[in-house]
Amino acid sequence: MPALVELRKASAGYGGLPVLHDIDLTINIGERVAVMGRSGAGKSTLLNLLHARLAERVALIPQAAALVKTLSVFHNVYMGRLDRHPTWYNLRTLAWPARREVTEVERTLELVGLADKLFERAGTLSGGQQQRASVARALYNERPIVIGDEPVSALDRRQGAEILGKLCGRHDTAILAMHDIPLALAHADRLVVIDEGRIALDAPARTVTAVDLVPYYGG
Amino acid sequence: MTRPAMATPSLPLPTLGYRSVTGLFVLIAIVALALSDLAVSALNPWAEMRRLVAGLLRPDLLSIEMMSVVWTVAFAVLGVAIGASAGFLFALVFARLRAVRLLCAFLRSVHELFWALLLIQIAGLSPTTGILAVAIPYSGIFAKVFAEMIEEADLAAERVLPAGTSTIARFAYARIPELAPQFWTYTLYRLECGMRSTLVLGFVGLPTIGFHLDSFFKQGHYAQAAALLLAFYVLIGTRRLWARPATIPILIVVSLLVLPEAIGGGSALANLVRFVTHDIVPTPLRGADLLAVTTWVNAAIWLWPILTQQAAPGVIQTLLLSQVALVAMGAIALVLFPLICRRFAGRAGQLLGRVALVVVRSTPEYMLVYVLLQLLGPSMLPAIIALSLHNGAIVGYLMGRHADALEYRPDAPRGVNLYCYETVPRLYGQFLAYALYRWEIMLRESAIFGILGVATLGYYVDAAISEFRLDVAVVLILVTALLSMTVDAFSRSLRRRLRIDTMPTRLSEAPSGAPIGRAIGEEKLACKA
Repeated sequence: MPALVELRKASAGYGGLPVLHDIDLTINIGERVAVMGRSGAGKSTLLNLLHARLAERVALIPQAAALVKTLSVFHNVYMGRLDRHPTWYNLRTLAWPARREVTEVERTLELVGLADKLFERAGTLSGGQQQRASVARALYNERPIVIGDEPVSALDRRQGAEILGKLCGRHDTAILAMHDIPLALAHADRLVVIDEGRIALDAPARTVTAVDLVPYYGG
Repeated sequence: MTRPAMATPSLPLPTLGYRSVTGLFVLIAIVALALSDLAVSALNPWAEMRRLVAGLLRPDLLSIEMMSVVWTVAFAVLGVAIGASAGFLFALVFARLRAVRLLCAFLRSVHELFWALLLIQIAGLSPTTGILAVAIPYSGIFAKVFAEMIEEADLAAERVLPAGTSTIARFAYARIPELAPQFWTYTLYRLECGMRSTLVLGFVGLPTIGFHLDSFFKQGHYAQAAALLLAFYVLIGTRRLWARPATIPILIVVSLLVLPEAIGGGSALANLVRFVTHDIVPTPLRGADLLAVTTWVNAAIWLWPILTQQAAPGVIQTLLLSQVALVAMGAIALVLFPLICRRFAGRAGQLLGRVALVVVRSTPEYMLVYVLLQLLGPSMLPAIIALSLHNGAIVGYLMGRHADALEYRPDAPRGVNLYCYETVPRLYGQFLAYALYRWEIMLRESAIFGILGVATLGYYVDAAISEFRLDVAVVLILVTALLSMTVDAFSRSLRRRLRIDTMPTRLSEAPSGAPIGRAIGEEKLACKA
């Protein structure tokens, strides 16, 4: 498998405060990686680091849903493709969206069960719905790699499984921070566990059981 | 023109969103624009404009009349000090006494220049006039702002005080320490506004900077005018250096020592008595039998033409001007703010924006209208330009600060896409809060511009005063105050309905520009991979 991105002895931090140390990590095309670990371990920092490397090829699902609350769900999802249209077309879509775009966004929203909210303001959605809209934006984006920071944390396990399935189906490579152990084991083929800024475990998902992960969750 | 929106503030409108409010205001402005007189009547505006710009670029620094600068500051310091002290006392009972709230609303709804025109009748062209013209309306403003600060204060400390603590001790221990820094910040910021006000008072004859600007502009001595303006900008730009809580007592004492002598007027007390008991009493009521029906019939006959021939056209023109200027201001602000925003313009743009703001916000609109009127001839155009530029720059600056404080997701779009899809939609509520807040301020300014010859309410007030018909002037000033209070109340209810009434609106509480919370964008990530 060809390597997609390689980190060698990488470290990173905020304002001089180191968060990650000595990270050696190679991610290959086609892998579905679950990044795990307790909160504060450095998962988001690792994802930001990978995103910075891969920027142009990534559909990102940030931790906070990061929707523009005053715009409709349609516009928030459409934003996933702003860079693929000329600016005048984007301005026009703000006021009078073309039939074609509406249909396509609607189809994407159907995947996450939000089609009925197409023209509702994003600010009126519940937390879980906002997260699904954020996922829809990434799906609509259609780039080969998806990086998601807890993309299903506000959903129940059944909905979460469904959405993860969609994400993995649409994108070649998926790098997702998660905290739900059974969900991660079911959908990822590789687990990377971060503990106190270092990689504590990096193994194929089929060789790992839920019991192996308990120590990293302070249980 | 009527104001369709004003007629129905209490009716339940089903969908009052940002979009419909914006559309409504734009529609009203288009109608108003069609009804406004926008002619450029000056014969050769460009030649005069060239002379103006040439003069402004070569300021004649030696010609600065130092005492006028000193008096501008002195009047402002004393006026703001008295206004802030009175406002503080009002603020203590603001929430409890409706009468105080109404009084303060009235005091601040009458512009400094109108107060000055009335005070000149009592105290002549004296320091008293200059100081009180600022102190009176400012006390109303201070009362409201201080009261809002008291209301919003964090009362955690007060709750733990022992039950028997007296009101005064409670206030001194739990509230004052919490509020003092805010009060100071706001008061010192107001000093800046006060200096702009006292500068403008010179245009009606007080010995401040405006007095000399008036004669320089009239004679076309633009280099001298530029020097005075430059001195003023430096004063405003360095305000944080010389006006601090520690220097205020010194400033007050020095201001008292340098005050000029009063010119004419005689005994202020005798004038005050004459003013109250004779001058402002409606002519038909002076010395008449107040119990006779005929007296009141005469009063009505006297009042009717004032209302129909002066107040009504004045109100209409004032509204036309303020509605057009309000929408133009909004457009200018939305176009300007990316220019001072780090994300769009970079560091250099930001610095340039700060300098531009000091210049624009220190330039009193009144003076800008005055200059433009000389260049373009009498019509509403100069007033629209001046009002929308001045306020547009202020709101644009504030919006830029908010835009800098926004956090975008790491994969956010750039340029025009970012502006249209993220920045403006996310800040639009804040933008409307600023615009609706400035609406009332712009209305008051619109009325005042009448003194310069635009046919708004101030035109009729000024005419009445120069004919020494002070009773008529007072009626017209009351109409102005009523109009401004109506717009204020309407703007407030609109902001409440749009749920933007808790957003910041004052220039003194501009956000610092630093992103709130922890940075997550990749540009903030110190990456050493």
